[in-house]
Parts: sequence; C-alpha cells; structure tokens
Amino acid sequence: MTGTQTAAVAETAAPAAAETTEDGYNFAYLDEQTKRMIRRCILKAVAVPGYQVPFGGREMPLPYGWGTGGMQVTASIIGANDTLKVIDQGADDTTNAVNIRRFFARTADVETTETTGEASIIQTRHRVPEDPMTEDQILVLQVPQPEPLRSLEPREIECRKMHAYKEYGLMQVSLYEDIARFGEIATSYSYPVMVNDRYLMSPTPIPKFDNPKLDSYPALQLYGAGREKRIYAIPPYTKVKSLDFDDHPFQVQQWEENCALCGAEDTFLDEVILDDRGGKMYVCSDSHYCARRRAEGHSGKLSGSAAAAYAAAVGADQPEKGA
Amino acid sequence: MALTSTPNGTTVDKTTVLSSGARAGIDTADLKPGLADPVHESQTLFRHLLDAMARPGRAVDLETALDAPTPLDPATAAVVLTLCDYDTPLWIDWIADTPPVRSYCRFHCGSALVERPDEAAFALVSDAENMPRLGLFAQGIDQYPDRSATLVVQLPDLEGGPERVLKGPGIATQAVLRAGGLPDWFWNDWRLNAAQFPLGVDIFFTSGRRIVGLPRTVLVEG
Repeated sequence: MTGTQTAAVAETAAPAAAETTEDGYNFAYLDEQTKRMIRRCILKAVAVPGYQVPFGGREMPLPYGWGTGGMQVTASIIGANDTLKVIDQGADDTTNAVNIRRFFARTADVETTETTGEASIIQTRHRVPEDPMTEDQILVLQVPQPEPLRSLEPREIECRKMHAYKEYGLMQVSLYEDIARFGEIATSYSYPVMVNDRYLMSPTPIPKFDNPKLDSYPALQLYGAGREKRIYAIPPYTKVKSLDFDDHPFQVQQWEENCALCGAEDTFLDEVILDDRGGKMYVCSDSHYCARRRAEGHSGKLSGSAAAAYAAAVGADQPEKGA
Repeated sequence: MALTSTPNGTTVDKTTVLSSGARAGIDTADLKPGLADPVHESQTLFRHLLDAMARPGRAVDLETALDAPTPLDPATAAVVLTLCDYDTPLWIDWIADTPPVRSYCRFHCGSALVERPDEAAFALVSDAENMPRLGLFAQGIDQYPDRSATLVVQLPDLEGGPERVLKGPGIATQAVLRAGGLPDWFWNDWRLNAAQFPLGVDIFFTSGRRIVGLPRTVLVEG
C-alpha cells in the first residue's frame, strides 16, 4: 500500500520536479529563525575574518560530509533571483554537485548554471574556480574540518585558546617537521593560511594550488562546516598568506604535462589512470573551465576521439612487449 | 555570557507582562506593520547587509518600503527586523525608547529589551550625538570575539560629515565615508575599537533607506 502510494507520488512528481518547488518546506528548506541565526553568524564571521563562529547547525536531508555546512550557508543567503552553481572537486557533473544543485532548484526554485560567470552564488567542494570571480559573486565553501590545529591539538578548548592568543608556533613546527623529513613542505591540500595577519585558517581541502587565489579575492568567501558547526569568512580584498619559511617559500603544485583535453598550462590537473600498463592522462579539474576552452577551439594532445585518445595514451604505435 | 545573561532586562519585561493584567503584553493598536513578505524581503535585506559589512564604507540602498515608527528611519527598522529575534537582547537609546518603538521591536522580533548597553547583542541608536561610548557595549571575549554587540546607528546623513578614509579587509584600496552627526569622540573611540581586534563592536550606519557597514577590522585615517 505504502509502496504504491510512494510510486504514485513519485510518478506525478517526477516530470514536474524541475519546474515546481517542494510543498511543505520553507523557502530554501531552512526555517526563518535558523536562517536569521546563521545570517547573524555570517555577519560576525565577515567582521572577524578567519575566526570560526560557532552556529546551531541543523540536520540536513543528507549525511555529514556531503556539504551540510555549505548548504546551510547557501540556504541562508540564497534568494529567488540568485543563480546557483555547485562544484565538487572542480566538476559540475558529479553526484554531490548535481544533488545540491537540484536540492536548491527544488526548495528555492532558483536558476542553476554550470558557468562560473553566470552564477551569483557558487557553492564548492574543495576547489576554487579557475575563472576569476567578481565582486558581485559569493563563493560558499563546504568545510569538513574547520580547525587547522585539530590534527596537532585534539582538544577544542586548547585550540580556542591558541587562536585567542595567536599562538600558532605549533603549526610552524609541523611544517618544519615536513621539511626535516622530506626536504619540502609536503602538505598539498588544506594548506594553512593566515587571514588578515591574525587568524590561522584552514582553507578547506582545496589543493594548495588554489591558495594564492584566496589572497585579495574580489568575491566574498563564506565557509560552512556542518558537522563541526562552524562558519567563517574572508571578506573581499583581504590579505591571505600561506604559511611558509624565508628559506622555504610557499610553492604550488606543478605538472610536467598540460591538460590533455584543452591544453591549459596554468590549471589544477587531475591524473586519470587509463589502463593497468601505466597509461594516464592529466585533465583540468575545473570541468566548466576545460569545456569552455575546448569550445573556444583550444585542444590538448588527447582531444581526438576516445579511441584515438586511448591509443595515444597507451602509445599504440609502439608494439607492446611480448605481443 | 554577557549577551545571554540579561537579568535586568528580562525582569523588567516579565513584570510588565505579568503585572499589568488586561493591559499586559504589547499594545498592538497603533502598531506599524513589519515586512510584507518576511521570507523573501528579509533575504533581500540580509544580502544588502552582508554586502555592506563585506564592503565597508560603501553605501547600500536597502530599497525597502518599510513604514517605521518615529523616530526610526526605514533602514534602521529594516536592520532590526532582519537580524533580531528572541535570541538577541536589544538595547534602544533614550530618544527611540518610546512605547511605539518598544512594541514594534517586541512584536515583530520578539527581542528582550535590555536596560544596559553591555547586555545587548544589538543596540539601536537614533541619537548618535548622545550615544554611549563604544567601550560600554559588549566587546566579545578573547576566545569568542563574535559575542560582541552590533550597533545600528541612525545618522542624519551619510554625505555631509567630515571625510574619513577607510582601509582594511573588504576595501580594495581605500573607501571614503562622510558620515554626519557623529559625536566628537567617535573616531577616536573607533581607533581604540580597531586596536583591540579581534574584540570590538561592529556598526551599521543607517540613514533613510541606506546603510553603511563598519566592521571592527576597518582602520580609519584623517
């Protein structure tokens, strides 16, 4: 009985899902009092850049770790006239991105887009878009662990004191240990930054490749951690410095190859394994940026058909050993 | 903490509510209406407030048609309606502390009205010339600098005052503010406010329908 009802509901709801919003929920899912509480936290977060404001995080209809913090921030700022873009590790078309985009299309009836320039709000998981953002846009980052000191000091009460007294020597020691052990700072994501010369902040697990973009970024950055119930922010044009040493300056990742599809030389690349014989390719992590470049006529070494791409990747013109 | 423990304010309110019998509670006879569309209007207003706080010194038009009780400007009332509720003790300065304004804030926001500035999460100042010194408001504490007051300071105008050059986060190079009607001590107090960062108050200047944000990070020159 219940099964039939559910099926019937699903049947009627499915075709219209894209046009109609969900009945029975407030605009953008959260109730007004919750939004007001989050809005007040956001304003305080903007006023104290890099400081983690505790907030009454609500349960969202998806598990922690899937962007509940970012979604609560987005739900509190989004309006009917906004255009939302959601990216997951740079891609617009992965599960997390598609579902969050659809969530807000259903609960807030907003326009969604995959184009960085068209969006007024961009919620992102672990990347900053390659395309520049403007003053009129807001970047919302999903945060799994807002506390940069947590791996060094598990006690929240101690971490809070360290932030209060700007006691960040421990983090420098941790980076120094990297240098002593590996000859370089091996941290490649969640690379700690100092915001406005005062607060040590985790920029979320964005690759350190993206860290330099955060400095004096024209768009407002809002960070939401759902499980840890923290909100923090970086206002536009704020100094954001990645920690380093005079003799070991901060450096970003570099690749020996360009993007195999669009040929970009200056983007963050994902390594894609093509077979079990060492074949691999590098492609832009930012799917929209890569697609736009391809549409503009740029090409990489694997731009041809899938078969040609595969052949090029495994070096088909060279006979395999033992064949 | 200072913001949530409001013995004076709540006691006063409770006595009013409980002791005055039939006239208890809020006088709604001449109550001005709040936001016509609370969900979408408060969202639009909040985005303007966020814009103002993220870009200090830049005047933002709230585009609100709010009919606010005297002596509040539409922008002043809009900030209160957007951000205040039963979680935020509200302090109102003596000029604005009239029965219509008290009823307005209590009915539309449900905020507890407190007597002492340092107990308030939000402070409504309509007479800036005679406002309390900034140090009298909640400043936050070392480990929780967010527990500081947000002041809504209504000014006669945002263009006619002496020129101040603002710098800091949210400002690309520099911003110019010509807020009129501030007391002589204000910018000196503001320097002290900025010097004790991360503690300190944050301010929304309001005038007519427009607001200017002044977070505690702003450094002032001139």
